[in-house]
Amino acid sequence: MAEEVKVFGTWGSPFSRRVELALKIKGVKYEYIEEDVYGNKSPLLLKYNPVHKKVPVFLHNGKPIAESLVIVEYIEETWKGNPILPEDPYEKAMARFWAKFVDEKCLPALWKAGSSPENERAKAVEEACECLKTLESALNGKRFFGGDTVGLVDIAANFIGYWLRLFQEAAGHDLLSAEKFPALFKWSDEFSSCSVVKDSLPPKDKLLAYFKAHIAGTKAAETNASN
Amino acid sequence: MKVECAKTMAAEEVKLLKTWSSLFGLRVVWALKLKGIQYDAIDEDLSNKSALLLQHNPVYKKIPVLVHNGKPISESLVILEYIDETWKQNPILPEDPLEKARERFWAKFNDEKLLPSIWGAFTKEGKEREEAIAAAVENLKLVEEELKGKKFFGGEKIGLADVAFGWLAYLICVFDEVTGFKIVNERYPLLLAWMQEFSQLPIAKDNCPPHDKLVIKFQALYEKHHPAK
Repeated sequence: MAEEVKVFGTWGSPFSRRVELALKIKGVKYEYIEEDVYGNKSPLLLKYNPVHKKVPVFLHNGKPIAESLVIVEYIEETWKGNPILPEDPYEKAMARFWAKFVDEKCLPALWKAGSSPENERAKAVEEACECLKTLESALNGKRFFGGDTVGLVDIAANFIGYWLRLFQEAAGHDLLSAEKFPALFKWSDEFSSCSVVKDSLPPKDKLLAYFKAHIAGTKAAETNASN
Repeated sequence: MKVECAKTMAAEEVKLLKTWSSLFGLRVVWALKLKGIQYDAIDEDLSNKSALLLQHNPVYKKIPVLVHNGKPISESLVILEYIDETWKQNPILPEDPLEKARERFWAKFNDEKLLPSIWGAFTKEGKEREEAIAAAVENLKLVEEELKGKKFFGGEKIGLADVAFGWLAYLICVFDEVTGFKIVNERYPLLLAWMQEFSQLPIAKDNCPPHDKLVIKFQALYEKHHPAK
């Protein structure tokens, strides 16, 4: 039976890229459909993800799945080669714990640190640094969170591995620096340069330009608001 | 062979750090009871967290924490998956990856959307409260839709999603009583029927916190969030 695998995503989204990375690790061929999430969500997207109306949506032989980490676990269970999760239930639980930590604590804290108004920024940055410090402790001397190869936590932390450094460049600050978080910084280099990941990342210049425009837009809104 | 079995059984040590009222801790209790696993329950006083809790969950310092043969696991949904993978009887997750994904999706929906919106409706005031109620109504509609043609979210028997939504079966009536406002009302007949079914399950019947004690606790919390002007 011809296997039909589709990913609905957007070029800049770390969430849809997580799904693409998992598929690339497993060597699964898929069709990618770019969604215009800000302008015009397609009827197919709304049909396949009526609950959240978001990307990514994964379609396997016509059956849709939403929520990037749910999709990644599905991919892991469906295509057995190059496992993303350890066999041992305890180690698996640790991987899920840290992936959840990235999604529920790190990413919101980083987002807040990058988008808070001036008067709230210091506190937001402090909280983001706490998260990064805690995440760094999970690396525990390993090359990747997954050990010798990219695993669930590395995939979940893709924003930190690649997007964050470009965002920092655009914003002119450095939450993640080699001085403050040497192990995590080194990991981000390893992650974004490793062959299977490299090919699944959005182009640097395009993403940098996007962040610069976004930050300029936020600053303009702030200025207007305070006038 | 017999001696080895006895040795393995004697070596199995399961502890659960929880509180008497936490719905997240209760999920883990339900899963352990469903699988007939013996465990030591340790009720924490969150205003005075034990050294054990801080040692076993340094990241969040929260309950529940499951400690299996000295190894701690935190985050209730992570714990539930661990329990399901470690003790194979009465599975909470189906074999089929697509069905498994569906269970995980809805468990996440409860934790990230439904529960926060209902909690917002309980704790917030004014415009924020109205927005929380509107979100809760939308979320409940989606949950009701998901129950079409099913006895449980897991089908004929309960699964991960049922365990995640299970708090509705015993706690929503407490919120109703305290606020005088019924958020899960007759607009959601399937959900109401599910709540009835769930509360009749042996794990729920025998293991929910006492209603009166919950009313006292949530009445106090409600007053804290809505100080008399």
